[in-house]
Amino acid sequence: MQHPADVRCDQPTRRAAVPVVRLEHIHKVYHLGEVDVHALRGISLEVYPGEFVAVMGASGSGKSTLLNIIGCLDRPTRGKYFLDGQDVSGLSKDERADIRNRKIGFVFQGYNLLRRTSALENVQLPLLYNGTPTAEAIRRAQRALAIVGLQERAHSFPNQLSGGEQQRVAIARALVNNPSLMLADEPTGNLDSRTSIDIMSVFQQLNAERGMTILLVTHEMDIAQYAKRIVIVRDGRIVRDEPVKNRRDAAKELAEMPPLEEEEEAVI
Amino acid sequence: MNVSSILKVAFRELARNKARSMLTMLGIIIGVASVIAMVGLGQGAQRQVEEEIASMGTNMLVVFAGSRKTRGWHGGIGTSPTLTPEDIDAIVRECPTVALASPNVTAPVSLIFGNQNWTTRAEGVNEKYPQIRNWPVASGQFFTEGDVHTAARVCVIGQTVAEQLFPGLDPVGQTLRVRNLPFRVVGVLSERGQNQWGRDQDDVIMIPYTTAMKKLLSITHIPRAYISAISPRATFIAERQITELLRQRHHIRPGQEDDFGVHNLTDIAEAAEETNRILTLLLSSIAGVSLIVGGIGIMNIMLVSVTERTREIGIRMAVGARTRHVRLQFLIESVVLSLIGGLLGIFLGIGVSFALSGMFNWPRLISPLAIVMSVAFSVAVGIIFGYYPAHKAASLDPIDALRYE
Ligand SMILES: Nc1ncnc2c1ncn2[C@@H]1O[C@H](COP(=O)(O)OP(=O)(O)O)[C@@H](O)[C@H]1O
Ligand SMILES: [Mg+2]
Repeated sequence: MQHPADVRCDQPTRRAAVPVVRLEHIHKVYHLGEVDVHALRGISLEVYPGEFVAVMGASGSGKSTLLNIIGCLDRPTRGKYFLDGQDVSGLSKDERADIRNRKIGFVFQGYNLLRRTSALENVQLPLLYNGTPTAEAIRRAQRALAIVGLQERAHSFPNQLSGGEQQRVAIARALVNNPSLMLADEPTGNLDSRTSIDIMSVFQQLNAERGMTILLVTHEMDIAQYAKRIVIVRDGRIVRDEPVKNRRDAAKELAEMPPLEEEEEAVI
Repeated sequence: MNVSSILKVAFRELARNKARSMLTMLGIIIGVASVIAMVGLGQGAQRQVEEEIASMGTNMLVVFAGSRKTRGWHGGIGTSPTLTPEDIDAIVRECPTVALASPNVTAPVSLIFGNQNWTTRAEGVNEKYPQIRNWPVASGQFFTEGDVHTAARVCVIGQTVAEQLFPGLDPVGQTLRVRNLPFRVVGVLSERGQNQWGRDQDDVIMIPYTTAMKKLLSITHIPRAYISAISPRATFIAERQITELLRQRHHIRPGQEDDFGVHNLTDIAEAAEETNRILTLLLSSIAGVSLIVGGIGIMNIMLVSVTERTREIGIRMAVGARTRHVRLQFLIESVVLSLIGGLLGIFLGIGVSFALSGMFNWPRLISPLAIVMSVAFSVAVGIIFGYYPAHKAASLDPIDALRYE
């Protein structure tokens, strides 16, 4: 992996700094006809720069809802949300679009790359919406691809890439705008275990080497153990919030594995 | 978000569904093509009418004997003995808007020269006639005022008569027989071709009207006269002045009907113009309807496209596309679609109007205005009918859009 100078976050300064995410009693209620679905019931959470948080919980516990609110894709029904110290709970649709563009990088379970669009162009996509000149956008996209180790596949299309590679392109897209926060919703959900570890190594490296603040949703304990902190959600409430004991090191695990599997996985 | 990257996506999307894009554009293509073709043809036809009117004469009016009710102005030889050469002299003398006038009598005649003979039409006119009708002689001269005054037996013949009676011979100076009277040929008229009713205008012999009246027909009245006003606009005043003068000269009391008629040929031009206006109106409505139908097609396909690409819209929104970015993208796609349709329609329309003008022998006219208007209307259709789908795309909720399967 390369270490370009311009994609870099400051090293975590821990509790002294302004939290990247500060949620105060967040509620989210979905109205389904007559029924109200209370997806979040008073979530309070702070995430500081340089943290790597895994949000764990059973299916339907409200993880994605929480992530969407943190990512400014959705608005809380009640409660306050401060992103980088700024109150973003009451922003308009377009203002939230700007926040997502500048401060948030999303990685989804299903990659969500544009079809018929090269890896490079996919990575450039966020830069299209903030007036970055084309030449610079291409340079930055190439650098982001290099960070996730895909500089060679810049001109490949999603259907020519393996699942792991597509997710790396998605990660490159998430970090191309140098966001304050990277959000990932079950990023390994569609991947086999070997490739999952591979993707987790990318996140660990971004967090360790670039100080990227990462919040990751998963329902698998072994994936959560690559993070530094685990938040467990049940029925829309945080029931546990603790540092990871016996943290796993994806790069080390990969190094100990025989290389054969990776070869197979790379074949489309 | 720059336009070139939007255009790139737009063309990629249109190229992906070539058949669908083509079918969608069909409405616009046909609409624009028919406008271009019809406007071109309409103008060609109008140009031809204009040329014909110009060839009739300069600012011309026709005065004829008899009321409009009893006979039309071209209704055969005027038998109402109401119009005289003196009336025509008076018109020239007293109507300031009249520049030139010539009495006109017509008689079918048989001509003989040597052993050739030919039946044609004799036109009795005066020396002003070539000027009034814009019809110069090709060789020799027209007869003179003196010839008219003395009722001389001189004639000027049309090209067809010249060919029939004098094959390979210069007719000027020859003497031919008209109804067995000898006439000296003083000139040959230039070729005029067929008139709009298909009659050969060159099949004619012109003689002084005095000669025709005294020696061929033995009449003292004339059926009609050709009059040239000083300007196109003056034809309308001249019409009034002539009417007043003749009513006075013919002692017609107020309320009593005219015993003559004045026909303003500018009316024909106006009628042609009116026809053209109606035609244009009709074409515009056809064009309007087909553009609307085309627009609805575009709206339909853009709505399908928005649905198909819901997830793409969600992805774009997730990475920071604002409402206007999404709206602009879909608007540009629909404008590109309608504009390409419009351009194809212009080419098709030019092709069709060339083919048709070739078939009808009309002048080929491509109206730059029609082309500019077509482009403008195509863009307008793209914007108007693309707006709703674009708005629909832009109002999607990012989460719903991302979840869309
Ligand atoms: N758009 C929605 N409309 C109605 N209910 C929803 C919607 N999204 C999520 N929910 C409900 O909210 C709860 C939490 O969902 P979600 O956040 O997706 O859970 P998780 O990601 O942990 O599986 C579930 O009961 C789910 O059915
Ligand atoms: Mg979920």
